[in-house]
Amino acid sequence: MTAMPDDKQNIDRREFVRNGTRTAGAIFLAGFAGVVAGRKGRADETVWQIDPDVCTTCGNCATFCVLDESAVKAVQCFDLCAMCDACPGYFDLSHQERTTAAENQLCPTGAVLRTFVAEQAGVPRFEYYIDEPNCIGCGKCVEGCAMMNGSLYLQVRHDRCKNCNQCAIAIACPSQAFRRVPANSPYLLKKKARDVVERKGREA
Amino acid sequence: MIKRLVLVLLLLLVSTVVSAETQEMLSRPVIDGYSTPTAEFPEPRITAMEYVDVAVLAVALGLASYFALRRRSRRALFLLTIFSLVWFGFLREGCVCSIGSVQNVALALGDPTYGISLAILGFFVLPLGFTLFFGRTFCSSVCPLGAVQELVALHPIKVPTWLDRTLGLIPYIYLGAAVVFAATGTAFIICEYDPFVALFRFSGSVNILILAGCFLVIGFYVGRPYCRYLCPYGALLKLASKVSRWRLRIPPDECINCRLCEDACPYGAIRPPTVAQVDKDRRAARIRTVAVFALAPVIFGVCIWAGGMLGIPMSRLHPEVTLAERVRLEETDQVEGTTDATDAFYNTGRPRTELYASARDLHGRFTTAGYWFGAWVALVLVVALIQTSLRRRRTEYTADRGNCVSCGRCFWYCPAEQVRLGLIEGVEEAIEVRSKQPG
Repeated sequence: MTAMPDDKQNIDRREFVRNGTRTAGAIFLAGFAGVVAGRKGRADETVWQIDPDVCTTCGNCATFCVLDESAVKAVQCFDLCAMCDACPGYFDLSHQERTTAAENQLCPTGAVLRTFVAEQAGVPRFEYYIDEPNCIGCGKCVEGCAMMNGSLYLQVRHDRCKNCNQCAIAIACPSQAFRRVPANSPYLLKKKARDVVERKGREA
Repeated sequence: MIKRLVLVLLLLLVSTVVSAETQEMLSRPVIDGYSTPTAEFPEPRITAMEYVDVAVLAVALGLASYFALRRRSRRALFLLTIFSLVWFGFLREGCVCSIGSVQNVALALGDPTYGISLAILGFFVLPLGFTLFFGRTFCSSVCPLGAVQELVALHPIKVPTWLDRTLGLIPYIYLGAAVVFAATGTAFIICEYDPFVALFRFSGSVNILILAGCFLVIGFYVGRPYCRYLCPYGALLKLASKVSRWRLRIPPDECINCRLCEDACPYGAIRPPTVAQVDKDRRAARIRTVAVFALAPVIFGVCIWAGGMLGIPMSRLHPEVTLAERVRLEETDQVEGTTDATDAFYNTGRPRTELYASARDLHGRFTTAGYWFGAWVALVLVVALIQTSLRRRRTEYTADRGNCVSCGRCFWYCPAEQVRLGLIEGVEEAIEVRSKQPG
C-alpha cells in the first residue's frame, strides 16, 4: 500500500513525457510545414498534361478518366495543319469512297468537322475543327493525322479536368506521356508545332 | 496496315504542295483573305476553391473539437459528419483529401522540382495540428471517408483484441509503402486504391467500385474498417492523438464505473479499468519485455535485409524501370516486337544509355528506400510487441487515446451525462434499469 505516492509520480512522469512530445511535435510540424512551403518558390502548383511528343494514341484516355466523358480531347494546331482535302485524320482510309458520309469518317462520334475555305489551283482547302462536346478523346483522328503533319494531338482540357491527386489515365498510360506541369502553363505543344509557331513569330 | 500505308502514299502524291524546306511535312497553304483561327485553351479551373476548402476544413475542425470536447453533443457531431460527407465528399468529390496529401508531402520531399500547393499542405498540417491538441476530432466528423463509414456502422460487432491490434499495424506499413512510392515518383497508391472517392463521384473503375461496396458492407458489421485497419493518415493521427492536450472523456466529470458504456463504442476504443497486477503477471511481462528487447536487433536486421531485397521488385512498379528493362530485352533480341511504351520511347529519340542510367539511379533509390521501409516496419513491430507488455493503470472507463475517433457515441450511455442533461434525477436511476435487465 505504499504505492500511492508512487502512482502520483508515475502519472506526473507520463504527463511530462506527453507534454514534451506534444510540444516537440507541434514545433516539428510547424517547422516542417514552413520548410516544405518555403520550397514552393522552386516550382508552381501543378496540373496534369499529356506530352504530345510521347503520346502513342493508345486510346486509354477515352476510357480511364474518372469522368464519364474524358477530360482529354483532341486539339487542332491550326498552324501545323496543311488543310488537305484527303485528311487521314478525318477519313477512315479503309473506305474507298471519299464522301463525308458517316461511315467514311474516322471519328466514332463525328467530332471532327471540316469547312471549305478556298480552292487553290483546283485543290480544295478545308479547315478542320474539333467539335469538343462530341470528342471522347479516343485519339483515332490523332493517329490518322500523324501519317501527315500531325497537327491534331491530345490534351487534357483544364475546364473539365478534376486534377485528381493521382490521375487515373496517368496510371493507365503505357508511354508515360502524362506528367504534372506548372499550372500557369498548363498546355504542351509538339516540338514541330513549337518550331512552326516560333518561325511564324519571327516572320511577324 | 499495308493497305493504309499505300493509301497514305497515294494521298501524298495526290496532295500538291510539298514544300522544299520541310520534306516530311506539308506546309500550310497561304490563302488570301483567310486568317488562321487560333485554338482555344481553357484555363485550369479556379484554384481559389482549394483555399475555400482549407478554410472550410479549419472551421469544421474547430467545430468538431468544440462539439466533441466542450458541448459533448453527438447530434451536433452527427450533423457535422453529414455536412462533411456532402461538402468534402459529394460536392468537392473527395479530392484532394488529407489522407492523400501525405503523398504530396512525400513527393515534395523526394523530388525538389515538385511544388506542393499550399492548399494541399494545409490539408496535411491542419488535422495533425488539431489532433495534437484535441484528439482525433478530424476523424469523427470532418474526414469524408470517415463520415461515410460512420453512417453505415449500424450493427458493429466486437473485434477480438488480438485481431484488432494486429490489423491495426497495417496502416503504419501502408503509410511506409505509400511514402516510398510517392517519394520516388512512382505512383500515389493511396489515391489509386482509395475505395470511397469513386463512390463520391459515382464513377470510376469497376474494381474500385466493388471494393467500395465491400468496405461499406463490412463497415456495417465492423465499425470503420478503412479508418482502423488501412488509413495511413489515421496512423499519423493516432500517434499525434496519443499526446493530445485535451481529449474526449466518456463521463462529463467523474466516472462511477457503472459499466454502462462498456459496449458503447462501435470501434472498440473503450478501455475498462485495470485490475491490480499480480506479481506473477508482472514477472511475465518483464520477461516478455526483456525478450522483445533482446529480439529487437534480430527483427531490425531481418526487416532491413528484407526491405533491401524488396527494393528491386518495388522499383519495377516505376514505369521508367519497366521501360528500361523492356528496351534492354528488345536491344539484346531476347523478345520480339515492341510495346506501346517502347514505341513511344524510340519516337522521342532519347538515348538508351540515358534511360538505363535513370533506371539504375532508380534502382539505387529504391534499394535505399527499401532499407528505410524495412527499418520502419521493424520499428512498428518492436513498438507493438513492447506495448503488449506495458502496464497501464486505469481507475475508470476511458477512451483509448490512439483509437478513439471522438464520434461521441458513448456520451449517451453515461448516466452522469444523462444527469448533466437533466434527463434523469440521479445516476442510480440508470443503474437500476440496467440491473433489472436480464443477463
